[in-house]
Amino acid sequence: MFIWLTIVTALRILRRNRLRAGLTLLGIVIGVAAVIAMVSIGEGAKQAVRKQIASIGTNVIMIWPSATRVGGVRGAQGSAVTLTVADAMELKKKVPLLTETGWSMKNVTQIVHGNRNCNSPVYGVSANYLHIRDWRLSSGGPFTQTDMDSAALIAILGQTVVNEIFEPGEEALGALIRINNVPLRVIGVLSPKGQSLYGSDQDDVVVIPFSTAERKVLGTMFLGSVGGIYASTGRMEDLQDATEEIRQVMRSRHRVKGGDPDDFTIRTQVEMGMVQEETSETLTIMLMVIACVSLLVGGIGIMNILLVSVTERTREIGIRMAVGAKRAHIMMQFLIEAMTLGVVGGLIGIACGILAARLTTIIAGWPTIISTDAVVVAFIFSVVVGLFFGLYPANKAARLNPIEALRYE
Amino acid sequence: MWKVYRVGDVEVQALRGLSLSIDQGEFVAIMGSSGSGKSTLMNILGCLDKPSQGHYWLNGIDTGRLRHDQLAEIRNQQIGFVFQSFNLIPRTSALENTQLPLFYRGLSVREQRALASAALQRVGLRGREGHSPTQLSGGQQQRVAIARALVATPSLLLADEPTGNLDTQSSREIMDILSELNQEGMTVILVTHESDVAAFASREIMIKDGLIQSDRVTKHHVQATGA
Ligand SMILES: Nc1ncnc2c1ncn2[C@@H]1O[C@H](COP(=O)(O)OP(=O)(O)OP(=O)(O)O)[C@@H](O)[C@H]1O
Ligand SMILES: [Mg+2]
Repeated sequence: MFIWLTIVTALRILRRNRLRAGLTLLGIVIGVAAVIAMVSIGEGAKQAVRKQIASIGTNVIMIWPSATRVGGVRGAQGSAVTLTVADAMELKKKVPLLTETGWSMKNVTQIVHGNRNCNSPVYGVSANYLHIRDWRLSSGGPFTQTDMDSAALIAILGQTVVNEIFEPGEEALGALIRINNVPLRVIGVLSPKGQSLYGSDQDDVVVIPFSTAERKVLGTMFLGSVGGIYASTGRMEDLQDATEEIRQVMRSRHRVKGGDPDDFTIRTQVEMGMVQEETSETLTIMLMVIACVSLLVGGIGIMNILLVSVTERTREIGIRMAVGAKRAHIMMQFLIEAMTLGVVGGLIGIACGILAARLTTIIAGWPTIISTDAVVVAFIFSVVVGLFFGLYPANKAARLNPIEALRYE
Repeated sequence: MWKVYRVGDVEVQALRGLSLSIDQGEFVAIMGSSGSGKSTLMNILGCLDKPSQGHYWLNGIDTGRLRHDQLAEIRNQQIGFVFQSFNLIPRTSALENTQLPLFYRGLSVREQRALASAALQRVGLRGREGHSPTQLSGGQQQRVAIARALVATPSLLLADEPTGNLDTQSSREIMDILSELNQEGMTVILVTHESDVAAFASREIMIKDGLIQSDRVTKHHVQATGA
């Protein structure tokens, strides 16, 4: 009862000093809004990463040639060593944990259809590549082993490439496109995947049989060299062991001496995802610090307005004491005012934070997830900040001497 | 009772061993020149302050032994205060100002409202419940202050120069209300400089330099009817 009436009184006093209260609240509002917006963006990014990992297949292992030091000279990436089809075959044989191994080579080049063209990455891939990467077709059929053996002049296009080189509504399946002046028939279109972990468009791609790329379209340093090897394990738990075994096999095949570093790089999707999550976590922590600083500033603002209020209302406090207010009553009155400031600031901050997160999604296209936890924590925090910074002024008010307070001019 | 104020190195003796006893139902006027210690005495009688030395018994309780909160409770339950400068809370309606002692007593809003509007009606301010102090004349403000003092039905009503800021007409109205309350059995102690205001009282105490100079009964006390 008493508390409720005090809250009503507090709200009325705040309404009377709307501008001053508003300015005071700014710190809390910014702090809370920052927390909510940042956590929403962070959560959204994490979720997106998880989804992408799942979309690629979590149990894929990728192997690339890495730049090596030969006699202290660092070569360009993949210049000194190459991976080969034979490497991939050998891995399949020597590492039983692997269910499949595939390979690919890549080159960015011009793709032409009619009078339209675009520059996109062209991948020459083994027959099982799309299967390993769990990449489905939205229309048409996949490559067969026969296509591979005969180096068939066929291609599968990513959605972005289709949009680039075909008129809207034009049928891509069965059409002829030209890459490096080689005519290729489109036999399939990949289902869209969206952005990769690094923000590149995964649908901006053309996939052709490895043999076709090697012999007719892209060419290579020497027959059988590949840009990367892809392998998959049956279960995710085997990734670690498989990775270690692959390393051993590759080192011995490439005759890497005992203490020398690997001349290749092994990555799993899980690891890549973890790196991503870590960066977004650092970001979140950093922004949390900013949010805490704003909350602190907001708290000091609350303390300031309350100290001013205590001084301004010294006489009122004296009157209240004269008619029987106990110290606890006065204390409570100012604490509730402080808390009300915190609550109002927190609520406005939550609204602004959610709005900011929505706007981020609409304008920047970043995925955001409003985290209930963050909303609750931010709210509690703003109330606690109000309470904490209200303690000193409230205590000051409660300790006033009634006679002196009544005399105060 | 003694009361000594210390300002820096200077000691001011506001009360110097003043001794006084007031019965329930009396109407006392305290007079004296400026700085003689009248307000100091009133503050002690109203439990807003304690004597530096000596004792003050209110209804048999030695108030010197009480803690802050107990004094607050006594002020809330047994004492009504009227000040020269009205001391209403600004930007707050007459009704809410009047409710204040009941608010700290923990009554429900409905009870607070009912009792407060009855008190305002009593002092002739019916229809002014929603007015804030700035929307009322001095006399009306003082009547709100009286309503606030009497709403909690205290046994002791203290008025420190209640008519000091008012014209003759308003002073009369205020004094009529105080007399009426005294008739009903409330003890009233008032400080004044004006003899025609003091004339309403039945006992007149002159104070000089913190001591009682004279104490005389001016009127025979009329006990509350119905006894
Ligand atoms: N808080 C205080 N600190 C120091 N001295 C004080 C204080 N309050 C009162 N005094 C001194 O005590 C003496 C009595 O003051 P008091 O206010 O009781 O006088 P008063 O009789 O009410 O005078 P007035 O008729 O002008 O109101 C005065 O000399 C005054 O200066
Ligand atoms: Mg005085």
